[in-house]
Amino acid sequence: MARIESSFPDFGYLDSLASRDSPIHRLDPRVKLLTTLLFIVCVVSFDRYALSPLLPFAIYPVVLLTLAKLPPGYLLRKLLLASPFALCIGIFNPLFDRAILLHVGSLEISGGWISLASIMLRFVLTVAAALILVASSGFDSLCLALARLGAPAAFVVQLLLLHRYLFVLGDEALRLARARAQRSFGRHGIELPVVASLLAQLLLRTLDRAQRIYLAMKCRGFDGELRLLRPLRIGATDLCFLIGWTAALLCLRFVGPAPMIGRAIGGMSW
Amino acid sequence: MHMADALISPLVGGVMWAATAGITAYSARRLQANGDDSVVPLMGVLGAFIFAAQMINFSIPGTGSSGHLGGGMLLSILLGPHAAFLAMASVLTVQALFFADGGLLALGCNIFNLAFFPCFVAYPLIYRPLAGAHASAKRIRVAAIVAAIVGLQLGALAVVLATFLSGVSELPFGTFLLLMLPIHLAIGVVEGLLTAAVVTFVDSARPGMLAAAAASRPPLQRGGGRLLAQLLLLTAITGGLLSWFASTRLDGLEWAIFHSSGREALSTPATNTHSLATALQERTALLPDYSFRQAADSGDAAAAGDAGEVAGTGSEKAQEWPDVSAATSFSGLLGASLSMLVAGLLGLVLLRRRQRP
Amino acid sequence: MVTRPVVEVSDLRHAYADGTSALRGVSFQVGDGERLAIVGANGAGKSTTLLHLAGCLLPQAGSVRIAGLPLCRDTLAPLRRCVGLLFQNPDDQLFMPRVFDDVAFGPLNLGLPADEVRTRVMHALAVVGATHLAQRQPHRLSGGEKRAVTIAAVLSMSPTILLLDEPTAALDPRSRRQLIELLQTLGQTIIVATHDLDLVLDLCPRTLVLGEGSVIADGASGIILRDEALLAAAHLEKPLRLQSCPVCRGVSGQAASGCHSSNRV
Repeated sequence: MARIESSFPDFGYLDSLASRDSPIHRLDPRVKLLTTLLFIVCVVSFDRYALSPLLPFAIYPVVLLTLAKLPPGYLLRKLLLASPFALCIGIFNPLFDRAILLHVGSLEISGGWISLASIMLRFVLTVAAALILVASSGFDSLCLALARLGAPAAFVVQLLLLHRYLFVLGDEALRLARARAQRSFGRHGIELPVVASLLAQLLLRTLDRAQRIYLAMKCRGFDGELRLLRPLRIGATDLCFLIGWTAALLCLRFVGPAPMIGRAIGGMSW
Repeated sequence: MHMADALISPLVGGVMWAATAGITAYSARRLQANGDDSVVPLMGVLGAFIFAAQMINFSIPGTGSSGHLGGGMLLSILLGPHAAFLAMASVLTVQALFFADGGLLALGCNIFNLAFFPCFVAYPLIYRPLAGAHASAKRIRVAAIVAAIVGLQLGALAVVLATFLSGVSELPFGTFLLLMLPIHLAIGVVEGLLTAAVVTFVDSARPGMLAAAAASRPPLQRGGGRLLAQLLLLTAITGGLLSWFASTRLDGLEWAIFHSSGREALSTPATNTHSLATALQERTALLPDYSFRQAADSGDAAAAGDAGEVAGTGSEKAQEWPDVSAATSFSGLLGASLSMLVAGLLGLVLLRRRQRP
Repeated sequence: MVTRPVVEVSDLRHAYADGTSALRGVSFQVGDGERLAIVGANGAGKSTTLLHLAGCLLPQAGSVRIAGLPLCRDTLAPLRRCVGLLFQNPDDQLFMPRVFDDVAFGPLNLGLPADEVRTRVMHALAVVGATHLAQRQPHRLSGGEKRAVTIAAVLSMSPTILLLDEPTAALDPRSRRQLIELLQTLGQTIIVATHDLDLVLDLCPRTLVLGEGSVIADGASGIILRDEALLAAAHLEKPLRLQSCPVCRGVSGQAASGCHSSNRV
């Protein structure tokens, strides 16, 4: 129950970050979407024990975060909130994979721990990139980007309407849940029948609302399509961003500058 | 039960993306062909409803844990499979983007597991035949429970398969399966009970509404089999293409790694030791999981063993990761921390510049 | 009084699917540029009447003519263009991601060129004083702002008739006042269905009272809103401003009407 109250304002906050202004915010959403996808694919394409080649990828979220003037603390908190699943699965790695892979002094580190660290690192990088994408573009711009990249119109319209009515229905669910809590006199946890009737009421209201929205749409000439009058233009800056990051990411992925830099430094000092 | 980007290989993620994109396009086309535009706002708010409903947790009797509605089944009953699939897909997309539930690459997997199975398998193949047109409350309950269990078991199986094929997690296939299936059996029972309860409640409050809804939406027609065939073909093609791409890239990658760690000479003998079987395996390799290529790499690994602090030269594990040697790791870590430092500094400089107007 | 009727409703009847009859023969006419209030108890048929005028419902019996055209399936498209309906809950009407998109929804559906749409949107937003809200998301607006934007969304279609369903519901007093002032400046024919009789007093010279699906009274608001027996029959109360002021009555001992407030009708 607490989740409604805690996550809705939060959800709105992520959305409000998108209305800020920065060089990153001004980029074409398609460019940001493609770069983010490339970033994620690059990160997850390493083998399971990859740690050191993954670390340099942090440059992407760090640079975007600062350029887009996003609050790092907030994103970090969201990362922590989302981490349980990856951790749950990853935590088995040290149990099943006990072969010692690395000696640091007298400390022996097994492959499992390394792959767990790798999983968590992947998790942080991919989720951070996705969050930055949303926070610097806004959901509706991303939907527009999807539409222009060829996603089916019905799906894009569905995303837009879902996003619009999330808050409205979330509030309604909250009111229903509060009304129920008022009358449950401190008993914790809701039983199945109660939740079913709660959901059914919410559902009935939702169906009525859908009917009204449909009428409102019809009154203004709705013909099955939602049109957005928002020109998207890929300019020189957008191209530079896309090409620059593509080159950088591919370089990080296939050339792997880290060991080279390391060896260069190592060679100098020893 | 959302798959995460961190646990998935690009190949598995890519194949599932392709499959999901195919179903999405198909569903959108079927919906458009139906021509009923009132379903557009209905899908939108019902998606939002599922979202809101998932935030209401309830206690599962006798277990002390809590659960929430999945929604795929309920939406299918209200909207028919195509619209329900699109609505569920949108819910999962928003969850991936805003709540970091799953991830962008894993989105394909998640939509497949949590939208395709309930909407295109559990509902049309199990719920509808079992419940029929004018079912009693009891029959609805049985049908919903059976359908929900089947849908969720398939979903759980798919999660395990995707995780296993990705090869990031060490969990053995059987163990993971034994872990996932019973949990999802319980979740399925609850999902079925809840779906049935909501459906019967709505049915008594608005008699006839659900029957009308079911009748007005396009059911899964004869095309269902064809869809499945197309889907399998699409999956096979993308899988084949991507694995071909992946395997060629992997060679290149190995080369780069050996090259950068100063042991170029070792990259050549590997091809000599390739048996036909392992070569085949490498061509069809589904994942960047080196353990599949043990035999092929043993030569490299044995040679790599001399490179210092790697545990026991002959150790089996060492054979699986020819690229992990202490020297490589050390210079790698050094370089990585250096680039982190540069990234941090860059961030700091940018931050400074920003604060100065 | 009625110059050229733009809305003609005669013997309109409607029964819902479950058998409840909402309208049992409603007839009235509205002239060009007139402002009419439709008042009545809950379930008296106000909303159902408005839904007919907006073309959301088709007459089961009787007829509705708008600007001379009879309302039927074939005339729906042109009729919807000249009628703008405001729903009671702005959230049902603001379904697009941004305010601009929502106001542009109608004009874009009319197939107008992009520049024309932009001009219309900015003009409509300027009329309701909401230009600064153009790039905002609807769920971040206050109740009053939402209401203003829904009006802009309807105005961008340049309708000749505005239908308002409980426009002041859930508005704080100041937003309500601003809304009334805004509506007073609009030149369109306005039909308001409401329980807010003070709004009627300020906005509509003429009032139609509905009771159980038929017209109980139709006439000048100033007269109807003082008829306590009629209002009681329609489950309504005299507007506060027309009620005797308890403070003044206490002083002067007489039930003076409208001591602090002037009767502006």
